[in-house]
Amino acid sequence: VLSFRAIEPQSEGQCAPVDSLWRRYSEFELLRNYLSVTYPHIVVPPLPEKRADFVWHKLSADNMDPDFVERRRIGLENFLLRVASHPVLCQDKIFYSFLTQEGGWKEMVNETGFQLKADSRLKALNATFRVKNPDKRFTELKHYSDELQSVISHLLRVRARVADRLYGVYKVHGNYGRVFSEWSAIEKEMGDGLQSAGHHMDVYAASIDDILEEEEHYADQLKEYLFYAEALRAVCRKHELMQYDLEMAAQDLTSKKQQCEELATGTVRTFSLKGMTSKLFGQENPEQREAKIKVLEEQIQEGEEQLKSKNLEGRDFVKSAWADIERFKEQKNHDLKEALISYAVMQISMCKKGIQVWTNAKECFSKM
Amino acid sequence: DTSLAEVNSFSPSMPISPSSMINQYKFEDESELRDLLITVDDPESHITAIETFITYRVVTKTSRGEFDSSEYEVRRRYQDFLWLKNRLEEAHPTLIIPPLPEKFIMKGMVERFSDEFIETRRKALHKFLNRIADHPTLTFNEDFKIFLTAQAWELSSHKKQGPGLLSRMGQTVRAVASSVRGGVKNRPEMFTEMNSYMETFSQKINVLDKIAHRIYKEEREYFNEMKEYGPIHTLWSASEEDIAESLKGVASCIDKCCKATEKRMAGVSENLLPILHEYVLYSEILMGVLKRRDQIQGELDSRVDALASKKTEKDLFSEEIGKLEDKVECANNALKADWDRWKQNMQCDMRSTFTNMAENNLRYYEE
Repeated sequence: VLSFRAIEPQSEGQCAPVDSLWRRYSEFELLRNYLSVTYPHIVVPPLPEKRADFVWHKLSADNMDPDFVERRRIGLENFLLRVASHPVLCQDKIFYSFLTQEGGWKEMVNETGFQLKADSRLKALNATFRVKNPDKRFTELKHYSDELQSVISHLLRVRARVADRLYGVYKVHGNYGRVFSEWSAIEKEMGDGLQSAGHHMDVYAASIDDILEEEEHYADQLKEYLFYAEALRAVCRKHELMQYDLEMAAQDLTSKKQQCEELATGTVRTFSLKGMTSKLFGQENPEQREAKIKVLEEQIQEGEEQLKSKNLEGRDFVKSAWADIERFKEQKNHDLKEALISYAVMQISMCKKGIQVWTNAKECFSKM
Repeated sequence: DTSLAEVNSFSPSMPISPSSMINQYKFEDESELRDLLITVDDPESHITAIETFITYRVVTKTSRGEFDSSEYEVRRRYQDFLWLKNRLEEAHPTLIIPPLPEKFIMKGMVERFSDEFIETRRKALHKFLNRIADHPTLTFNEDFKIFLTAQAWELSSHKKQGPGLLSRMGQTVRAVASSVRGGVKNRPEMFTEMNSYMETFSQKINVLDKIAHRIYKEEREYFNEMKEYGPIHTLWSASEEDIAESLKGVASCIDKCCKATEKRMAGVSENLLPILHEYVLYSEILMGVLKRRDQIQGELDSRVDALASKKTEKDLFSEEIGKLEDKVECANNALKADWDRWKQNMQCDMRSTFTNMAENNLRYYEE
């Protein structure tokens, strides 16, 4: 059981008292689920990984490892900052009370009944396969998010392997230190040079730990966008679901109108079970038919209203979702560029350290 | 690269490296002072009904009077080098004969006649002959001269003239026998020091050899992973617009790092590994030389002991003892001088090899 402290200085548009309280990872998950369901048109910031993934051999995959816990803490803090700086999400009352209300927060969230609003996975999957006319932009966005997820996870995997190998190269050089020291004991003129060169080999071998520690932060930045890809896909899924719903409603309305027409004119244009049974068991009397028509007409009217509102809903969704997606794109481009720059800076710093160590070693060797 | 090989026949103890190119010019002037220049190159495969073997071209240029010509070109196979080494060891039991590359390489996946194996062997054979040429005594050895100058059939017939296999075996048996008897109890302090030095040196140089191989292996694995790393960024750039250029930039930088890593690896395999290996072999040779010195001393000691119990025949043996005492003194002096020379060379070699290694790494990080 690990708990985290949420300290929120100020959120946008609110004067929040500086407060601190303890939150578990599961509460963060609850908050995020709530936000995802309540704001399906928003690309909701992702949580950091629950379990250590993409590890290379030195990092333990142990969730209790202090380095992992620290990185997770930073990730959770980042999550809260992302939500707090989002123009829509920061205004949410549940979010506000997550930061300020110690007890009873969980109950409060559950009372909103948000779980009922959540779409079932099965429904969503069904919609994805069956939807006929989704907005093209969302289809493209879905492909993009798939590609992003695939390429970033591949990159992270290879980076972890590269880090592993780099670690090996540096650490084996440490062996030189020990042997040079032992060898220097039997040498007269070479002794000093060997000994001091050995010391530099030790420094070299030790330097990799900090270098790779820094690189872990870079990896975490990429991971955030790996998880963001899932958030993007969630918005696309919601659109598909709404679109499918709309299509089904329109289809239903059309078939009801047709039934109504058939009853009114007495012609059976389409095959239907009712038509069959009425043929077998005899036609209804005019009163029965009238009653049926009336029911259908009512349903048709309801259906048309529903269709209108669904259409509106759909258009609103597309508009507001796309606005947030544009916001997200800008954020992503900015963040990833910064991350790549910081990665380059890290590499340069690593090389500078290498130059220093080997310049020193060279001097020692040349004095042997 | 035979041109580089020729240049380095001027200075066999200098490893081949760009930084020592600066020293090239200095050594080219000094070549006027060197009167024996040897290169080993051009390996060729020969297939007969019985066997397949490689011969190497040995080119000698000399200004020495005792050579009939100033240039020689002969072909030699590994067996011939082995013959030469044995002859030198017999003639000079307490001199430090340079190491030959091994007959077989058990470890690693290097096949007997792979290009890599042949090239490594060629370089080592080149070094072997040049180290002999540099040696103040060995360079004037008659068998060495014949090795460098005789045609194939001449060498064969000369080989047959030497002490036969049986007599060589006899020598070995006697040597083992006398070593069992001693030579250790009257050993001068100096040689005991040499022995203990060599034990530690041998240990350390073996470990260094292993470390260097391990580093090479880790660098290779790192290189293999890096090769995959760059292209992923290029792939990613295909789905992006704004950051596509940045990603492509990172990809090209990673590829440059890969090339630098390859160069670093080449530096290790061309300079560091061969020298460390040579000194691993040297440490075995030196232990052998110290043993042979002990054997020679052992012969003297056992005769002296035998004499001590036969007081009446002292006069008969005094000449023999005198000869043995001379032999021991010569052997000791020869070894002492050669040891000092070897240590100096070793120091020089180690200094330049490790400096070179540091420069190799500097270049890598700079790139």
